Amino acid sequence: MPKDHGIGASSKRREDIRFLTGQGVYTDDLNLHGQAYAVIVRSTVAHGKIKSINTSNAAGMPGVLAVFTGEDFKDVGGNPAGWLINSRDGTPMREPKRPVLAHGKVRHVGDAYAAVVAETHAQAKDAAEQLAADTEIKDLPAIVDMAAAVADASNRVHDEIPDNLCFDWGWIEDNRAKVDEAIRNAPHVTTLELINNRLVPNAMEPRASIGEYFPGTGDYKLTTTSQNPHLTRLLVAAFVMGIPENKLTVVAPDVGGGFGSKIYHYGEEALVLAAAKKLKRPVRWTAERTESFLSDAHGRDHVTKIELACEKDGTFIAFRTETLANVGAYLSNFSTATPTFLHGTLMAGPYKVPNVYVNVKTVFTNTAPVDAYRGAGRPEATFSLERVVDKMCRELNLDPFEVRRKNFITTDMFPYTTPVGLPYDTGNYHATLDKAMEIANVSGFEKRRAASAAKGKLRGMGLSTWIEACGIAPSHLVGVLGSRVGLYDAATVRVNATGNISVMVGAHSHGQGHETVFAQIVADKLGIPESSVEIVHGDTSKIPFGMGSYGSRSLAVCGVAMTKAIDKIVAKGKKIAAHMLEAAEEDISFEDGKFAVAGTDKAKTFGEIAFSAYVPHNYPLETLEPGLEETAFYDPNNFTYPAGAYICEVDVDPDTGKVDILSFVCADDFGNIMNPMIVDGQVHGGVGQGIGQALLENTTYDENGQLLTGSFMDYAMPRAEDVPFYQVDYSCQTPCTHNPLGVKGCGEAGAIGSPPAVVNAVIDALHRGGHTQVKHIDMPVSPSRVWSAIQG
Amino acid sequence: MTKVTMTVNGKAVSGEVEGRTLLVSFLREGLGLTGTHVGCDTSQCGACVVHVNGQPAKSCTAFAADLDGASITTIEGMANADGSLGTIQQAFQDHHGLQCGFCTPGMVMSSAALLAENPKPTEMEVRHYLEGNICRCTGYHNIVKAVLAASGQDVSKIAAE
Repeated sequence: MPKDHGIGASSKRREDIRFLTGQGVYTDDLNLHGQAYAVIVRSTVAHGKIKSINTSNAAGMPGVLAVFTGEDFKDVGGNPAGWLINSRDGTPMREPKRPVLAHGKVRHVGDAYAAVVAETHAQAKDAAEQLAADTEIKDLPAIVDMAAAVADASNRVHDEIPDNLCFDWGWIEDNRAKVDEAIRNAPHVTTLELINNRLVPNAMEPRASIGEYFPGTGDYKLTTTSQNPHLTRLLVAAFVMGIPENKLTVVAPDVGGGFGSKIYHYGEEALVLAAAKKLKRPVRWTAERTESFLSDAHGRDHVTKIELACEKDGTFIAFRTETLANVGAYLSNFSTATPTFLHGTLMAGPYKVPNVYVNVKTVFTNTAPVDAYRGAGRPEATFSLERVVDKMCRELNLDPFEVRRKNFITTDMFPYTTPVGLPYDTGNYHATLDKAMEIANVSGFEKRRAASAAKGKLRGMGLSTWIEACGIAPSHLVGVLGSRVGLYDAATVRVNATGNISVMVGAHSHGQGHETVFAQIVADKLGIPESSVEIVHGDTSKIPFGMGSYGSRSLAVCGVAMTKAIDKIVAKGKKIAAHMLEAAEEDISFEDGKFAVAGTDKAKTFGEIAFSAYVPHNYPLETLEPGLEETAFYDPNNFTYPAGAYICEVDVDPDTGKVDILSFVCADDFGNIMNPMIVDGQVHGGVGQGIGQALLENTTYDENGQLLTGSFMDYAMPRAEDVPFYQVDYSCQTPCTHNPLGVKGCGEAGAIGSPPAVVNAVIDALHRGGHTQVKHIDMPVSPSRVWSAIQG
Repeated sequence: MTKVTMTVNGKAVSGEVEGRTLLVSFLREGLGLTGTHVGCDTSQCGACVVHVNGQPAKSCTAFAADLDGASITTIEGMANADGSLGTIQQAFQDHHGLQCGFCTPGMVMSSAALLAENPKPTEMEVRHYLEGNICRCTGYHNIVKAVLAASGQDVSKIAAE
């Protein structure tokens, strides 16, 4: 019988009521008294020297209140990179300043170099067009192709960086010679060169920010589309604007999706604050969709060569990769961690391969910054691995299922430290593979293939077995690796005098359903109704300093902080109960919302204890403070390691190259499940994005650095017709061993595991259809690419 | 500036608009009905879908001044008279057909239009009808399921809640 409340129940989402009735409050929905409107002026060339900006015409236009250029911000700080990565030779990465508005040079199409603030949005837009016309920019040659950028030292994105290289990273450098040796001596080596296509995250809500300034107190307020308001506050206050942190409140209200793109601080957030201070009025900026394409941090964009060395029976001996990773024109906050510690450290996959070496060169180009997008580094690692394994199986005529099985880390090997340094605590990769094969009815494939063939279609089946690392931590380790922040999270549980509860959490929900799931956990732990628990998030003036939501960390890190705060509440409640019940504290038990004296019928309800804490008439005031509110910070001692097996079946139309996804099976191990309905939804969404990457989406710059895919008319977002119903299972559960909830995280799984399953299925279909010359097709596996591959 | 008068969610409203004012701007900025969202500038994403004289329309692609006298329904007008969720809204909640909620108003409005013209659509008819509504969160699974459920069809055989 499924549970109907608490941990493990598919509680319906309470946040849905406001979203379904149009009562959600997203940043752009706010219309503050006296609000003015900012419009950003963006570069239309990829690379250029700003010769002059004549602001006087724009400034004199109707309704215009202020004009800003890079000159206004040249003395404030830059938007910093969150991770310092060293090159193989020990030298630190190159870290050019990322200004609020470009000064001197523009470095990508969409680079913001000026802004206009006016009484109405239309007036600001008119003036911004005038300002663009009054700006002279001398074109410089655009640097778009990564290999060319590194090869040509004469053309520089940043004048001070001669080879356009941010860093040349080796992981683990000490293993390099051993790995090279293993590959030299291996009986078989499969080599694959591939591109992990550049994507635009495209949360449906475009970025937006409102700045406010309160002259009476000198306080600022930023309302913004952020996945992590405290991090944004820290960056804006301490690094960019030089505002005392305690004079700035950052609020991320309802946020319409993030997928990574709203982790980062963007210059527009500083701009609206500066404008609000100057004008003493609220100033709102909202991106148009094309601005999102031009200026949101993009994802992926790796060019990789991977080698797999193995025995003739498919036993893995070594993986070695060389990757060029695009960081775009400036370093976004996590852009240096994504292709390194979120990518290289996963390059052993779920396999007991003894030798792995990863080399990543990150390259500056005249394109938008590239950073973490759902999965962030792990999809790139998984795609490289699962594609090269598939290719090897074809070369050696081996069964891809059996090859995975043969190479999986087995359950008796945990904890298992990979050659790329991650200590996997637990898992059962055979179990998820078996489960996926069962659901996918692998043994019935041949019959289905024959049915497709009868319709003139080529049917194929693709497998991907994936692993990821979530809840990045512990802080002392990430500090050694180059992180400039800690990666704990925090929660405050405030029991109100009447017994209901407010929980202030550092995590931020922008679709994940924390308001429901976190309340389920609190209710379960305290034996009270879910409706008595309110989850408060997104407002730095209310919540403790937490790191927000990304990297599937909300439950695994913040959720655990919350349970630790609850433990403190229960411990204090026991002291209060012991006093009230005239019993020893160690004799008090807490169960089903009642503090009871063991072996008696003497008990106090949770509500009675809460009331006593706030009306402490009968209370141990000499030894215990009144009140019932506890905060916990939680810094995990390891990552969590969700893993799974995905099987995709496709039909390929050999006449057109069109790929139809017929079925998609996910068997995942997320550890313990808090709300199955929401886990299903997270997997569906991730797989939908992964199918988008595999079949449809591509971010294309031409040789001049012009973005050719700058709207939904040019960039193929997956739509309802492009995807099937997914079959999702997470019954194979090996709970995380180092957090008390036993949870691992499920937000990114689908986007990590699905692209190689799709591409492997397409290649399988082509091979079964006799097109054995096709070794690889880069994503997106579009009709034209498939058709061309079929033609040879 | 032009004066326009419309019926929005059953109430008579009027306002002064510029010739270039879009219906969505009039609804959001003029009337404070911010449930209708703007997700793109090219009539692709469908977050702005409302009903104009009973037909679904992208309110980012209509001038308010052209709609004098029109009857408009937005997401704010979709609940039952007692404030409870309407059938489609309730199906979206029951089947987890939304996550971040941003595309949701448009999805609900398009779904309502679909069910008005095709009360028992097939899965493929739902998917095809919703091609003008982009969702980035759900992978569409639970949206399609919710629409089928709202049409009174049995969705218990569809994989995973």
